[in-house]
Amino acid sequence: MIRSLVILLALAAPPDSIDVLPESVVTAYRQPDKVIPAQTLQGERLERLNALSVADAIRYFSGVQIKDYGGVGGLKTINVRSMGSQHVGVFYDGVQLGNAQNGQIDLGKYSLENMESVTLYNGQKGTAVQSAKDYASASAVYLQTRTPVFRNGRRTNLKASLAGGSFGTVNPSVYWEQRVGARASNSFNAEYLYTTGRYRFSYRKKDGYDTTAVRQNGDVRALRVEDGFFGRIPDGNWRLKFYFYDSERGYPGAFVREEPGKFRHEDRQWDTDFFTQGSLYKEWGDYHVNASFKYAYDYLHYLSDPRLDVSTMYVDNRYRQQEAYASVAQEYRITRRWDVDLAADYQFNTLDADLVNFVYPSRHTVLTALSTSLRLEKLKLQGSLLHTFVADYARQAGAAAGHRSHWTPTAVLQYTPFESRNLSLRAFYKRIFRMPTLNDLYYTFIGNKYLKPEFTAQYNIGLTWDRTFPKSRLRKAGISLDAYYNEVENKIIAMPASNQFQWTMVNLGRVGIRGLDAAASASMAVGGVTADLRLTYTFQKAQDFTDPESPWYGGQIPYIPWHSGSLIAGFQWKAWHLDYSFLYTGERYEAVANIPENHAQPWYTSDLSLSRGFKAGAHELKGTLAVNNIFNQQYEVVKCYPMPGTNFRLILSWIL
Amino acid sequence: MKKILFLLSLLLVLAACREPEEIIPSTQTGVGGGDAGDIAGFFLLNEGNMGSNKCTLDFYDYASGIYSKNIFAERNPEIVQELGDVGNDMAIYGSRLWVVVNCSNLVEVIDVRTGWHIDQISIPNCRSITFKDQYAYVSSYAGPVEIDPNARLGYVAKIDTSSLEIIDTCTVGYQPEEMAVVGDNLYVANSGGYRVPNYDNTVSVVDLHIFREVQKIDVAPNLHRMEADAYGNIWVSSRGDYYDIPSMTFVISSENNAVIDVLDLLACTDMTLCGDSLYVYSNTWNYFSQTSDVNYAIVDVKTHQVVTRKFITDGTEQQFQNPYGIAVNPNTREIFVTDARDYVTPGKVYCFSPEGRLKWSANTGDIPSRIVFTHTPLL
Repeated sequence: MIRSLVILLALAAPPDSIDVLPESVVTAYRQPDKVIPAQTLQGERLERLNALSVADAIRYFSGVQIKDYGGVGGLKTINVRSMGSQHVGVFYDGVQLGNAQNGQIDLGKYSLENMESVTLYNGQKGTAVQSAKDYASASAVYLQTRTPVFRNGRRTNLKASLAGGSFGTVNPSVYWEQRVGARASNSFNAEYLYTTGRYRFSYRKKDGYDTTAVRQNGDVRALRVEDGFFGRIPDGNWRLKFYFYDSERGYPGAFVREEPGKFRHEDRQWDTDFFTQGSLYKEWGDYHVNASFKYAYDYLHYLSDPRLDVSTMYVDNRYRQQEAYASVAQEYRITRRWDVDLAADYQFNTLDADLVNFVYPSRHTVLTALSTSLRLEKLKLQGSLLHTFVADYARQAGAAAGHRSHWTPTAVLQYTPFESRNLSLRAFYKRIFRMPTLNDLYYTFIGNKYLKPEFTAQYNIGLTWDRTFPKSRLRKAGISLDAYYNEVENKIIAMPASNQFQWTMVNLGRVGIRGLDAAASASMAVGGVTADLRLTYTFQKAQDFTDPESPWYGGQIPYIPWHSGSLIAGFQWKAWHLDYSFLYTGERYEAVANIPENHAQPWYTSDLSLSRGFKAGAHELKGTLAVNNIFNQQYEVVKCYPMPGTNFRLILSWIL
Repeated sequence: MKKILFLLSLLLVLAACREPEEIIPSTQTGVGGGDAGDIAGFFLLNEGNMGSNKCTLDFYDYASGIYSKNIFAERNPEIVQELGDVGNDMAIYGSRLWVVVNCSNLVEVIDVRTGWHIDQISIPNCRSITFKDQYAYVSSYAGPVEIDPNARLGYVAKIDTSSLEIIDTCTVGYQPEEMAVVGDNLYVANSGGYRVPNYDNTVSVVDLHIFREVQKIDVAPNLHRMEADAYGNIWVSSRGDYYDIPSMTFVISSENNAVIDVLDLLACTDMTLCGDSLYVYSNTWNYFSQTSDVNYAIVDVKTHQVVTRKFITDGTEQQFQNPYGIAVNPNTREIFVTDARDYVTPGKVYCFSPEGRLKWSANTGDIPSRIVFTHTPLL
């Protein structure tokens, strides 16, 4: 059991017997360990969401808010349990995606096209042989791309898709998997996306104005190319990945009062991201090692040109970020039930920008994690201690913040009271922080090098219950329920310095979050129809406790609804699939002053899709029609950023 | 299965309908009235944070002693997206209230008696307003773009107050802010705020007969506020560069169009003139020390001497997070100071007796800034 745990859960490491396993078993490999609250969408379930980006899939998890500025190109960030988007680590094939500049990962940039699974962990992933970074954020999202699987002695897998639809979207992609020799394989994936980003939206007030406009300058052109090598060695495996992303997008800006159609809003951004990463996993009896590395280069060019839009200020800035990363994680199995892990990571970041008075910061980060796990008959215990050392340097003397050194613990407990193992109870405590980003500290005029890290503490108790019913129409059912209390201290917030155009960063905020995450799932078969359902509900009371003198002390923090939820229902009949998904975000406020002026209405959208597969020999064809926001609800996730109404997506794919 | 279908159809029905949001009504607070002679009350402009479209208008009525928050939206439900994004300046001229809505790129013209929208005048990146005879003058950052987009001059638009049409424009310095009229000259404070660190440091002199810039007066970097006194002098503030050069106040004589006095110890974020008393507050930021410094002063514009460094005498100023606007009622000499707090939550307006003791305070919209007194009661 332990052996399988080790092999199965090392996300960075592909299972060594991959080519003989049927696909269903392979996907079961990535079932997250239930010790820590985790939610996953994978394989066919993920594909049947017919969503474009990772952000669209994560919306169906409980405890999550996606901040979405609308449209294909609008920024989409994830906030888990109201601690803030910068507390969420996002991992791509096991290695963290970095953004030392602003700590923000735009999930809208990551495609679902080649994604095998998307998993969200509250606290941290609790698997064996994991890097120190896996311990280093308050919650984490793992994006796992497809690993080649060759069935029936095949040597080549090929898939070509063409998707298109509303907003002038064209989205072709190819996926090619090739066996290379007996012990290695390669996967190549390329995807292109173009959209005009234009959509109609309306703003309507009761007994007041009713206006309809078209979102302008939301076009996106993006190319993504990925190539991965996968190989086996005796008692181990390795993988190597190259990732390239190049895009140009317009910024439609906030929709505010203006003479309609007069100003063009021509702000644009160009991104070029490249990374290469690899890992090597090897077992020597009871001693297991995983080593990994990454190099990333991100280039961003932002242009706001008054020659194109008379109302704007001229901005023409280029930012270049580089990141080098290496990690060694090792595990020693002391007994069958007890093991210890030690992981050490080193990371180096630089930021270069053509800003006035820029200090050209660089940052060294050393992370060391010691952890242990004990598996008794009914009780599982995991404990870890992370040490973080951060040292910043700047080209300009005296401009850099000092060194930082912090110890942060995590404790996880799982109790399975009954023989049947259907029910388990769990609890965890975690304390972790995020460093101020390089922008927080050094951005010209705004940055403040005296900032302290922002700490979070999480207390969670919960239960899961799962059962299969082999002879019943209800084949499988599961429930998970977690209650938590989180605290954010020294929250880094932007504060006005002395006027609208001058802000600075300060450690001022304190937030207390009480929440409840619930999820239920069921699979059933009636006649020839199989159905699966997934239901989530989230309650959050996230209060601002920054200033006891403030009249808004204790107010619900911006954009966090008290109630939210989702439903996914999928039906299959012969080669037909019908999928319905529903999202609900309850009322919330756009500022900590919970007054009518800041009130935001609830919104809820329904998406429906129908698909059918055709098989002809070795060839397989599949067509999908998806209709999103079928009731054409006009809504905003972020104030002044209208979301699209009803839209369509048609996907055709050919699989060999 | 049936249950699921039932649940699904229930959700579908639920998902189908949603009531549109209501226009936000005004909020009334009784703060106590008084007799202010021919002044009926004042309008207060809340800037609203950039990109939030939360510029709002409040009204205080002396007769009833009621402070009404957010009066524009409910009186003008047909105006799409209410007052707009970032109200930067406001003034009453005749029977009309003119609001310069910076990021909405327009000037809103309102009837002072009813609070009803009359018209809007489109001016990109408009900043401040002043009047002379039958014309309104609005400064704007958005002058013609020459070869270097970074060196783009601002302009002043001349608006006919009866036709509400722009009849002429005049190019001035970089990113022009406040203006003042003395005789037949319009003085414009140029900031150059978009050109950091190459701030503009001039005041443009525009001859209103020909409506052309005829002179540039060298003053100091990053000019901002402007007040004309009864002695033919123009008081202009410099914000400095937030590093080595502090904020200061300068006096320009309209006789020779030259700087005649420098009040280097008078930092100024905003000022208001009442009789011979110039009420000044400063809320200045320094990047080296990462601190802000708040000060208050009254200057006698006749002698150029600071009369007092403290016009709030009861310690109320200790409660201010970010003082942001100042006004003095010319009839009662009551002093009004606004606090923008953290800019993302509602601010507050404080009313002080002429002796500087708190009379009342009220919650405002986000970032309360300008106050203008009106002789006409608002219906």
